[in-house]
Amino acid sequence: MSSNNKVHEPLFHVVKRSNIPTWKSWIIRGLSILVALIICGLVTVIMTGENPFEVYGTMIKGAIGTERRIWTLAQNTAILLCVALAVTPAFKMKFWNIGAEGQVLVGGLATAACMIFLGDKLPTWLLFIVMFATSMLAGALWGFIPAFFKANWNTNETLFTLMMNYIAIQIVSYFCYEWSVPKGSGHIGTINGATEAGWLPAIGGKAYLCNILIVAAITVFMYVYLKYSKHGYEISVVGESENTAKYIGINVKKVIVRTMIMSGAICGIVGLLMVSGTDRTLTRDTAGGRGFTAIMVSWLAKFNPIYMIFTALLLVFLQRGAGEISTTFGLNESFSEILTGIIIFFIIGSEFFINYSLKFREKEANK
Amino acid sequence: MVVAFIQRAIMQGIPLLFGSTGEILTEKSGNLNLGTAGVMYVGGISGVIGAFLYEQSVETLNPVLAVLIPLLSSMVGSLFMGLIYAVLTVTLRANQNVTGLALTTFGVGFGNFFGGSLIKLSGLDVPSITLTQTSLFFKKSLPFADKLGWFGEIFLSYSFLAYAAVAIAIVMSVYFNRTRSGLNLRSVGENPATADAAGINVGKYKYASICLGSIIAGLGGLYYVMDYACGIWSNDAFGDRGWLAIALVIFAIWRPNLSIVGSILFGGLFIVHNYIPNLSMSAQELFKMTPYVVTIIVLVIISMRRKREYQPPESLGLSYFREER
Repeated sequence: MSSNNKVHEPLFHVVKRSNIPTWKSWIIRGLSILVALIICGLVTVIMTGENPFEVYGTMIKGAIGTERRIWTLAQNTAILLCVALAVTPAFKMKFWNIGAEGQVLVGGLATAACMIFLGDKLPTWLLFIVMFATSMLAGALWGFIPAFFKANWNTNETLFTLMMNYIAIQIVSYFCYEWSVPKGSGHIGTINGATEAGWLPAIGGKAYLCNILIVAAITVFMYVYLKYSKHGYEISVVGESENTAKYIGINVKKVIVRTMIMSGAICGIVGLLMVSGTDRTLTRDTAGGRGFTAIMVSWLAKFNPIYMIFTALLLVFLQRGAGEISTTFGLNESFSEILTGIIIFFIIGSEFFINYSLKFREKEANK
Repeated sequence: MVVAFIQRAIMQGIPLLFGSTGEILTEKSGNLNLGTAGVMYVGGISGVIGAFLYEQSVETLNPVLAVLIPLLSSMVGSLFMGLIYAVLTVTLRANQNVTGLALTTFGVGFGNFFGGSLIKLSGLDVPSITLTQTSLFFKKSLPFADKLGWFGEIFLSYSFLAYAAVAIAIVMSVYFNRTRSGLNLRSVGENPATADAAGINVGKYKYASICLGSIIAGLGGLYYVMDYACGIWSNDAFGDRGWLAIALVIFAIWRPNLSIVGSILFGGLFIVHNYIPNLSMSAQELFKMTPYVVTIIVLVIISMRRKREYQPPESLGLSYFREER
């Protein structure tokens, strides 16, 4: 853009790559994770003074050491994956929905309300239908509000959805007090502990299998939706260039609102899975920061639902593993967040080397 | 009671003011740092670590060192966070939202980790991190404040960091509107390509504003621990204040002088439920929602009115690469 009128030529300059073979980009990502793991190892050794291999051994044991742990790992991965799937269509059209946290919470709130007030009034099959419908509606509403303003007045969606999270958290806190057992404690406790009404059933004795199957179905749906449907095509065109989309006759407003409603509705399902399928209660931590972690999962996987399975697994593995390190060595459990942060920084940084290449002075060979 | 309310509201508002002033500086360069929550945590815990090690290493505290050591360590901690963000988003042109969220994860984790493990790591035999002595030095207010009745209580009863927060916000406001360098910075945030063509070093401005912005935001964390919480660190007590600071940026429509008033208002909204009689626990939770609702209303109104001077910096959230257009 600006001509370089300096006499001195810089040592290297940055050039955008037109494209890079997929295998090459995965080698770069792999290397960055490797470097990150080495740094994490160093940090851990400094903190604990143990042998790094032993530390990583502890980590693996903590994540997949027993059958129970493998199930927990799978369950956490499924939930995180589902939130990531929910935010992906919005991201593909460059709508920065960082409000998944709130959308999950209101979905959970709707589920909890159904379980508390309709648990003994409706037959099981009808109760599940009502639960799914209300949680999806609640999540969709939370996604619709910012999308409506974005579509009509171009209101900044990043900030809007961020604020919606805290409104959801406070509303949930309100109901935690209103419905608390015993009154005034601020905790709802296990809902329908005696009747198990509205609990997602344990398939074949595996408590979490139902959640995992639902998420698997959503994964397949999302993959097909984004890749082969007309909607999916419209989403990518809007994301690449809004003007192109308008030019070829795509109703951009409609696409934004429709996509965010879907995004919110899937988040609502996650709320249902958490309340009805996992915790059997509602707290203000039901979403547990997954709304934010999911953004990283989705982005690291380049918005591809299949890759997301692996990125979600990686992050959950780290969390569980680092959790084990902290219990074994008597450190605070937030240690996992430090490790997660370091690894994400490296992966984020590595994207630069995938999208750009450095051209050194005189040497032309560096491609 | 009104005097006490205003006083508490201002004390609640000061961390938000630091956070939002730092964030405004960062956003004016076109970088939306969603890591502010993490930066403020790190600013707080770094100060705590510095003060803790100093308190444990000497018998009697030197007042100057007792203030300087936490202050410097807090600044170094938040500078480090700012640098991580700047390297990733400016040099490596990474996505700002993802980087910011990762920074928050890292920063909050860092804060809670050291808050929970500092005693074990340092190998000292103390029951909890209580820095009452250091806190007393931080809380020193003007000696004649309590002799001036309500005037003294509302205006003069705070510690030096609180006045620093207001001063920084005013200086920042003058800087943006009255200096050449401030104008350059704003042009970088509005349209970096134009600024670049005009011979402004975009990268340098972005780095400087991100790093300085982080340091200022980090002081908010330090003020919270040393002054508001009386030197007692407890994990997660800082809460959502980092996000509230980002909300305040919007509320103040990217103007540091407005965020002084805004921070006191937000501080008041944050604690008003304590001053309304017969409020049930559940209704209190609804009251805590008000700052966010007010922010959304402001956000919607400024986007509807489309007035130029009320808009966010135009290239907010976008990375700049010279060869791309």
